[in-house]
Amino acid sequence: METTITINVLALIARFLSGASIRWVDCQPDTCQRVYFANHTSHLDALVLWSALPAAVRARTRPVGAKDYWSAGRIRRYFSTKVFNALLIDRKEIKVHQSPVDLMIREIGYQDSLIVFPEGGRSSGREIGEFKSGLYYLCKKRPDLELIPVHIDNMNRILPRGQVLPVPMLSCITFGPPLWLEADELKADFLRRAREAVIRLKER
Amino acid sequence: MGDVRAMSLIAGVLVLLGAATAVVQILRRREDPSLNPAILETFRLRVHSWWLLFAILAAACLLGKTVTIILFGGLAFWALREFITLTPTRPGDHNALFWVFFIFPLFQFVFVWINRYELFSIAIPVYAFLFIPARIAMAGDHKRFLERTAKIQAGLLICVYCLSYAPALLSLRAESTTAFSSAGLLLFFVLMVQLSDALQYAWAQMPSRHVIVPAISPGRTWEGLLGGTASVTLIGAALWWATPFNFLGAAMMSAVISLMAFAGGLTMSAIKRDRGVKDYGTLVEGHGGVLDRIDSLCFAAPVFYHFTRWILLSNNDFCEWLRVATSI
Repeated sequence: METTITINVLALIARFLSGASIRWVDCQPDTCQRVYFANHTSHLDALVLWSALPAAVRARTRPVGAKDYWSAGRIRRYFSTKVFNALLIDRKEIKVHQSPVDLMIREIGYQDSLIVFPEGGRSSGREIGEFKSGLYYLCKKRPDLELIPVHIDNMNRILPRGQVLPVPMLSCITFGPPLWLEADELKADFLRRAREAVIRLKER
Repeated sequence: MGDVRAMSLIAGVLVLLGAATAVVQILRRREDPSLNPAILETFRLRVHSWWLLFAILAAACLLGKTVTIILFGGLAFWALREFITLTPTRPGDHNALFWVFFIFPLFQFVFVWINRYELFSIAIPVYAFLFIPARIAMAGDHKRFLERTAKIQAGLLICVYCLSYAPALLSLRAESTTAFSSAGLLLFFVLMVQLSDALQYAWAQMPSRHVIVPAISPGRTWEGLLGGTASVTLIGAALWWATPFNFLGAAMMSAVISLMAFAGGLTMSAIKRDRGVKDYGTLVEGHGGVLDRIDSLCFAAPVFYHFTRWILLSNNDFCEWLRVATSI
């Protein structure tokens, strides 16, 4: 890992370049164990969301990313291993006894928070895709985790799919009120509720 | 000795801002029930960001032309971000936008820095104007083509081209035969623009209100425009010693600035109305966005620059007459 100063400087640069205004709606930054789940439209999402968190929270928060993307190339590898301390998931080889959810639970212990993008891949930006079930299984095993919905606005215009050069428009990151998996909530109901929580932030 | 004038101007502004801060503090202590707390809070936040603006500007003027150009380049860049963010674009515009953000502003401010009038006065209105539609056409998306092109061109012209004329004021002395303080000229200009905004707002609070364009800006009244312009003209005339103009010239220039500041504010309100937002951003507290603060500056800068240039540099009979009539 890099030193705290380097990391804070990198976060500051990321925040300036993304021009993100950060809003906490019915929610406060906290170092308690949380899962931030957000819509996904751009490769920069993880970086921007991570940099939007206060330094103390950021130090305890690990983005979950795809191994094939984040370990390709020196810059991505530098960011995922030295800066984010990202939790990389191998999308090609998902085994039953080595499922991504188990890996996440093992890695975060009882301290770290996670950043996940439950759509599974990047969407066009106009509509938020259906959520994959990983979020549900994660909560099923750890129902104490606080789920924070996050809406990332405008990143799809800053670095759209298939583009290499970012255009420095302004973006807006909204954190919403926490939610938890209810005692006997069905998978489909829970995933719909979580997705609607993100959509609701878009309209605020 | 020219810088003594700039320094006096800075000192004057400091006194003015100090007085405004004191008024805010006294009014807050007194908790006068007849006073609307929302208006006081708005005023307090405005005074805060005036401090910020003038601290940056004074520091830049004292540190020289290069720093001032970098500062205005930064302002232009941020204003352009706000403008394009609120403008609907399509994925096909992405590459053209990259040029609009990184290439054209850079060239524009470098041209201003090396003071090549024949380059910075046409680089964007001619070359960028033609390049942008061609680049968007290359991307192959023809939906609402003219509309998208026009919006991107307008953003670049207003936020980058027009604003770049403000730091260009610093280079006028090098070509002119009249001796005056460059920093004083720029400070005079920014001060008059800010005073126009403030005084037009203050005069609009009068009991009799004849709103000019209710559909776009219910806060702008004829009383505000005329009263504001009259007061700015008087104040500008009183500050003639900081400029290359005489009493009459400074009064005339201040009136022009006030009218252009009004036009700028009104035009940007119209764009904001169309996009359904109140402010362009959230960078400086209480001031909306950067673009909300500099809209009047953007409109006034090219006009002020060209008028000053005519008076100081051009040589034909009319300009000769104007020079004799208005400058020191």
